[in-house]
Amino acid sequence: MSINIRNIVLFSAMGLALVMTGMYQSWPLALTILNMALISAVMALGVNMQWGYAGIFNVGIMGFTAIGGLAAVLIAMPPVPEAWAAGGMGAMLGLMMGAATIFAAILIYKTMQPGKLRGLSIILVLAVGYILTSLVYGPATHAISRVDPAATGFLGGLGLPVILSWPVGALMAAGLAFVVGRVALGLRSDYLAIATLGISEIVIAVLKFEVWLTRGVNNVSGIPRAVPRPVELQTRDWVQGLADRMGMSVAEMARIVELVSYAILFTIVLGILIWLAEKALNSPWGRMMRAIRDNEVAARAMGKDVTRRHLMIFILGSATCGLAGAMMVTLDGQLTPGSYEPLRFTFLMWVMVIVGGSGNNWGSVLGAFVIWFLWVQAEPLGRWLMDVLTSGLGADSAVRVHLMNQAAHTRLIMMGTALLLMLRFAPRGLIPER
Amino acid sequence: MENILNALVVLANFVLIPGLAYGSQIALGALGITLIYSILRFAHFAHGDIMAFGTAFVIFGTWGLQYLGISFGPLPTALLALPLGIAVIILYLLTADRLVYRFYRRVKAKPMIFVMASLGVMFVTNGLTRLLIGPGERRFDDGQRFIIGVRDFREWTGLAEGLALRGSQVITVVVALIAMGLLFWFLNRTKSGKSMRAYSDNEDLALLSGINPDRVVWITWAIAGTLMVLAGTLYGLDKSYRPFTYFMLLLPFFAAAIVGGLGSPIGAIVGGYIVAFAEMGITYAWRRFFSHLLPDEWMPAGLMQVLPVDYKFAVTFGILVVVLIFRPTGIFRGKTL
Repeated sequence: MSINIRNIVLFSAMGLALVMTGMYQSWPLALTILNMALISAVMALGVNMQWGYAGIFNVGIMGFTAIGGLAAVLIAMPPVPEAWAAGGMGAMLGLMMGAATIFAAILIYKTMQPGKLRGLSIILVLAVGYILTSLVYGPATHAISRVDPAATGFLGGLGLPVILSWPVGALMAAGLAFVVGRVALGLRSDYLAIATLGISEIVIAVLKFEVWLTRGVNNVSGIPRAVPRPVELQTRDWVQGLADRMGMSVAEMARIVELVSYAILFTIVLGILIWLAEKALNSPWGRMMRAIRDNEVAARAMGKDVTRRHLMIFILGSATCGLAGAMMVTLDGQLTPGSYEPLRFTFLMWVMVIVGGSGNNWGSVLGAFVIWFLWVQAEPLGRWLMDVLTSGLGADSAVRVHLMNQAAHTRLIMMGTALLLMLRFAPRGLIPER
Repeated sequence: MENILNALVVLANFVLIPGLAYGSQIALGALGITLIYSILRFAHFAHGDIMAFGTAFVIFGTWGLQYLGISFGPLPTALLALPLGIAVIILYLLTADRLVYRFYRRVKAKPMIFVMASLGVMFVTNGLTRLLIGPGERRFDDGQRFIIGVRDFREWTGLAEGLALRGSQVITVVVALIAMGLLFWFLNRTKSGKSMRAYSDNEDLALLSGINPDRVVWITWAIAGTLMVLAGTLYGLDKSYRPFTYFMLLLPFFAAAIVGGLGSPIGAIVGGYIVAFAEMGITYAWRRFFSHLLPDEWMPAGLMQVLPVDYKFAVTFGILVVVLIFRPTGIFRGKTL
C-alpha cells in the first residue's frame, strides 16, 4: 500500500468508530465486532485473491468456511473411545472404499478406449462400489450415532490444540477447492459460480446430516479454547488488579481480556497473510496473475497456462477462507451447522470486497471492517429508522407492529444499496487498486 | 399383473406425479434464467429472491380476496391474485433495470459486473421480502385439495396401493404447459419475439436492422418476471412458501438451464424435468416399489434409497458436474434463442 493520507484517514475513522462503540455502547461489544471483523478480513483477503487478482467468481465461500470450521472440531475435540469402538473403523473403511470407487472410475475413464464398453464398466464399478461402501458405511455410522446421542453420538476429534486446526482447516478447504476447480475451471466463469454455489450447499448438508462426524444439528459445543476462559481469568491476580484500576467488574474485565487475546491472535494471522499477499502481488507472479485477469487471450499467447494458474489461485483463496472458518469456530467455541447462511457467509463477503476495493489487499481488509461494523450496527439503526418512519401510524397499528418486528431485515436492504452504489459510483472501491 | 400395477401406482404416486409438478416449476424458473442470459447476457442471481418477492404479493392478494369473500370455486384463490403479483414484479424489474442494469449496458460492462449488480438487487429484494412478509413459512393454498384421494382410488380400482392426485399438481402442470406454449408462440410467431431472437443471435446486426434494444430488454424482463411469479406461486401452492427456500431454488434453476444449454428455451424445459426426476428418483426410497415386484426372500435390507433426501442438492450438483465434464454446452448446444 502506498502510505497516503487518504488510507490512513479511512483506517483511523474505522478505528474511531470502534472506539466510539466501546465508549458509548460497551467494550465487549466493540471487541466482538473487532474479532469478527478480523476474521472477515481474512476471508475477504481470500475472496480478493480469487476475484481481485484473477477475476474468479466464487459464490461458495460459505462451503470453504464451513469445512474449515469442521477442522476445528476434528482437531480439537477429545476423541470418543466408545464411538470409535462402535464403528470408527467401519466409518473410516467406508470412506476409503468410497474414495477407492471414485478413483477406480477415474482410472477406467483415463485408461480405456472411449466407447460403450468404457461407459458400461464405469457404471458397473460405481454401482458395485456404491453398494459395498454403503454396506460398510451405513451400519458403522449408525452405530456411532447411537453411542450416548445426548452427549456425544459422534467420533470426536484428535484432542490436539485448537490452533492446529487453522492450518488444517486451510488444507481441507484447499483439497475441496482442488476438486471443484479441476471440474469447473477453464470453462465459462458463470459455470464456476454455479458449481461453487452447489458445492457449498453440499458441504453444509454434510455438516448437518452426517451426525457421526459433526453431531449434525445438535451442534458441537465446548470446543477447547485457544486462550483461557473468563472463568479462569477471573481468579488471576493481574486481572483483578486491572479491573480495580479501570473501575470495572472482574467478570467484565475477564471477558475483555479474553476478547483482546483473541484479537491479538487474529491480528497476527491477518498480519502474516497481508504480508504474504502483498509480497505475492508485487512479485512477477502477481503481475502474471493480473495480466491473466486483464487479458486472458494475451496471457495465453505469452505461453501462460491460464487454467493451471487459475486453479492455483482458486486453491489459495479457498484455503484462506478455510483458515478463517477454523478461526471463527475457535472464537465461538462451537460448530453450529444450522447457522451457515449463504447471505451472511458468501454474499456479504462479496459486498466487503467490492466496497473495500477489489484487487487491493488493504482495501479488502478495510471493506471487511466497514461492512461488518455496519452489519452489526445496522440492526439497531434499522429499528430506529422503522420507528421514525412508522411513528405516524399509532402505537398499536398492526402494520407498525409487523414492520417493527421485521425491522432487523432492513440491514439487508442497506447492504444491497451500499453494494449497488459503490459498484455504480466508485467501482474501484474505498482503496482502489494501484 | 396386479403386483406390477401396484408397483406402477407407487411409482406414479411418489415419483412420477410429484416429479412432473416439480419439474414444471423448475422449468419455468430455468426459462427465466435462460431468457435473461441470452438477451441481457448475464447470470441473474436475484432470480430466486425476486420470485419470493412476487409470490409475497400473490399471497397478499390472496388474503385480500379471501377477506372480501371472493373465491375461485374449486381452484385456489391465488390464481386470481396472480395478475397483481405479475404486475408488481414487472414494475419492480423495470425499475431495477432503469436504476441498475441500464447503466452497465450503456458502458458495455463485463458480464461479471452485471452479476455483481444482480447480487446487490438480490440483497435489496431479500430484505424487502423479509420486511413485508417475514422470513417464516406461509401457506396460502385453498380450494379443493385432492382431485383423486388415496382411499377413493383404492376403492375404485381394488388395488392395494393408493394414488393421490392433488389439485395443485394438476394446476402446476397445466399452467406451466400453457405458459410454455404461449412463450414459444410469442418467440416464433410474433414480431417482438423474432426481434428478441435476432437480438440474442447477434446484437449489432439486430441494432442495424432497426430493432429497438430497450424494447427488447423490457419485453425480456416482462416475460422473465411473469415466469418468476408463475413458478413461485405454483411452487408455493404445491409445497410451501418460505423466502429462503426460494433463494435455494437458484441451484436447480441454474442446473436445469446449464444442463439444457444456457440460452436455449427448449433446453431449459428439458433440463428442468431432468433435474426434477433425477432428484426425485435418487432420493426416493425404492423399497416399497420393489416389494411388489421381487419375492420376499430377494428383498435386501434397508430403504433402497441411493441418497437421503437431505442430499438432493448433491444430485443437482452431480448432474451439473457430469454435464460440465462431458458436454459443457448442454444438451441443446446453448447460446441461441
